[in-house]
Amino acid sequence: MSISLENVTVVSMGEDVVTDVSLTVERGSINVLLGPTLAGKTTLMRLMAGLDQPTAGRILVDGKDATGVPVRRRSVAMVYQQFMNYPSLTVYENIASPLRVARLDAGEIERRVRRAADVLGLESLLDRLPNQLSGGQQQRTAIARAIVKNAELVLLDEPLANLDYKLREELREELPSILRQAGSILVYATTEPLEALLLGGLTATLSQGRLVQFGPTPKVYHVPSSLDSARVFSDPPLNELTVIKQDSSLRLGQDLVVPAVGVTASIPNGVYRLGFRGDLARIGTAWPASVSLAATVSLAEISGSETFVHVETGLGTFVCVERGVSMRQPGQSVMLHVDADRVFVFDDTGSPVAIEPSA
Amino acid sequence: MARITLDGIAHSYPRSATMALQPLNHVWEQGRAYALLGPSGCGKTTLLNIISGLISPSQGRVLFDGKDVTLLPTEQRNIAQVFQFPVIYDTMTVGENLAFPLKNRRMERSAIRARVAEIAELLDLTGDLPRRARALTVEAKQKVSLGRGLVRADVAAMLFDEPLTVIDPALKWHLRSKLKAVHRALDLLMIYVTHDQVEALTFADEVVVMKDGRVLQVASPAQLFERPEHTFVGYFIGSPGMNLMAAKVSDHVAHVSGQDIELGARYPKIKNGDAVIGFRPDFASLSPEGGIPVQVRRIEDLGRRRLARVALGPHEIFANVPEGVSIGGGQAGLTIQQDRLFVYVDDELVLGDRR
Repeated sequence: MSISLENVTVVSMGEDVVTDVSLTVERGSINVLLGPTLAGKTTLMRLMAGLDQPTAGRILVDGKDATGVPVRRRSVAMVYQQFMNYPSLTVYENIASPLRVARLDAGEIERRVRRAADVLGLESLLDRLPNQLSGGQQQRTAIARAIVKNAELVLLDEPLANLDYKLREELREELPSILRQAGSILVYATTEPLEALLLGGLTATLSQGRLVQFGPTPKVYHVPSSLDSARVFSDPPLNELTVIKQDSSLRLGQDLVVPAVGVTASIPNGVYRLGFRGDLARIGTAWPASVSLAATVSLAEISGSETFVHVETGLGTFVCVERGVSMRQPGQSVMLHVDADRVFVFDDTGSPVAIEPSA
Repeated sequence: MARITLDGIAHSYPRSATMALQPLNHVWEQGRAYALLGPSGCGKTTLLNIISGLISPSQGRVLFDGKDVTLLPTEQRNIAQVFQFPVIYDTMTVGENLAFPLKNRRMERSAIRARVAEIAELLDLTGDLPRRARALTVEAKQKVSLGRGLVRADVAAMLFDEPLTVIDPALKWHLRSKLKAVHRALDLLMIYVTHDQVEALTFADEVVVMKDGRVLQVASPAQLFERPEHTFVGYFIGSPGMNLMAAKVSDHVAHVSGQDIELGARYPKIKNGDAVIGFRPDFASLSPEGGIPVQVRRIEDLGRRRLARVALGPHEIFANVPEGVSIGGGQAGLTIQQDRLFVYVDDELVLGDRR
């Protein structure tokens, strides 16, 4: 089975919520909708589920127009950000509920509930009521209920957003294999780039109601099709720098001209926007090919495995990600080196500039 | 501005057999930024509510600059608070919202104007002053909540209860560095409650890690990461957390499922040698061969780093895959940085004799 959105637009209260999105999701695939709040993630899910109708465009199920078919006629399961379970039913009955509605026989229900509980680590909790569970266990119950009925389409709308940090980390670890076993079309909305990377599969980057890029997750991360896509898929936020290429040099600001090395060596003269994630901005040690500039440390945030160093350059504030604990004092003067071999180069429309492979 | 002293504070809720907060002494220094970090139910919110005056502790005293305020209500403690959700008047403009606490104190109009302008400037809200609060983004609303707390000149301390919960990841970056800037500019005592380790570590000079009503470690972010004094701190801080494995320790060697792991110190005094060894994934690396033999379960590309999940006997642990190293799968070798390998007995860090 496949579901296609064909040039769909949704207008709500006079404003475009989703603009001209075309997207096909296939059976057995994990599809991540990645974007900030109001990017259109939930709206797209509701269209796929048949809960809402597009203002323009069509929705095709296996190539056939399904644009008005109500949700009851489609085989859909949904998991929301808020944990939703029946408070008076045990975990077992919560998971079994869609199967009872579908009037499956008792043996089949027992078999499927046990299996889903096993996959989600709920075996020992089947007799409990939802209010006796932790948030993580409640959300696992909701996910079990979503996958137990073998729906053709399973929609997960920021399912981990309301969980404690550590629970989120654990479920993030477990979810990809759980979801892959389900064999449905999976659509998973998140605001967090790391979650998309962990889920793998395919990622659609969304920005202000538009689909920016759709493809295999590592490819979308490493080869963004536009400045917007790179922005959506960066946390900390993408560092950006406007440069003017002039023969063999790059003009960075009024008085700052550096050699055009790395990927910037081969681009034609003109104005460009360089985009680089925090791990490509290094303090102190140069790369084999670097664009280097003087900077002042404004803030160093230790997060554990990494330190986020915010620096002020006169051309904007950048965030560098350093491995491990790095002690940098605010006010300290440093040299910032941007990896010129891996920096993204965009033209003034935000499209990536083709880079000739160096000899 | 104040220094807040907790003198033998403890708390249990009515009709509850367990202590929500175990007896605790702590001094919160003027001008410092603290985070209270722990899972839900650890007592962090109880502790915050005792400081703000929302709860009177079952035992002990709360002192503001040496003055006993244990029985004073919140209003008389000059505390400013920011909660999960913005607390502002939707129908007022941003400027009116900021001026409100000062008007209530019957401050002179020109002085109010000057102070509101100053705080708005600090929070990048100057352009928003004439706008209705209702029309603002959640992030801006949260800044207004913060501004309403800061605008009073007599604020003794600023308390935050999960203030970034409803904020988008990209904007969290912005708001977090704004908070730091405010902290530096105003030289206030700030206490920040969160379950999110990244928020705690990036915000605070010192982090108080709590579990089951007990303070497990109070330390700088670097210390918590590099030298956790309790296995829970090791597990809770860091993503993923510390690798922990049961071991038999004899002198300077830990035996873990048939493997001998060299320790950086001698541990002659551990009873029966029963201990847990712990090391962070960040201080362990995987190579095709050499080191401790492990089974590779999977390797994840997290964008900035590659992380391997490997098995050593019954233990599933994480290790770094250094740049440029390629691991075929199946067997690989694990190397642990010796000075980052710790020994715990009954969950507490044990120091060995340097060799």
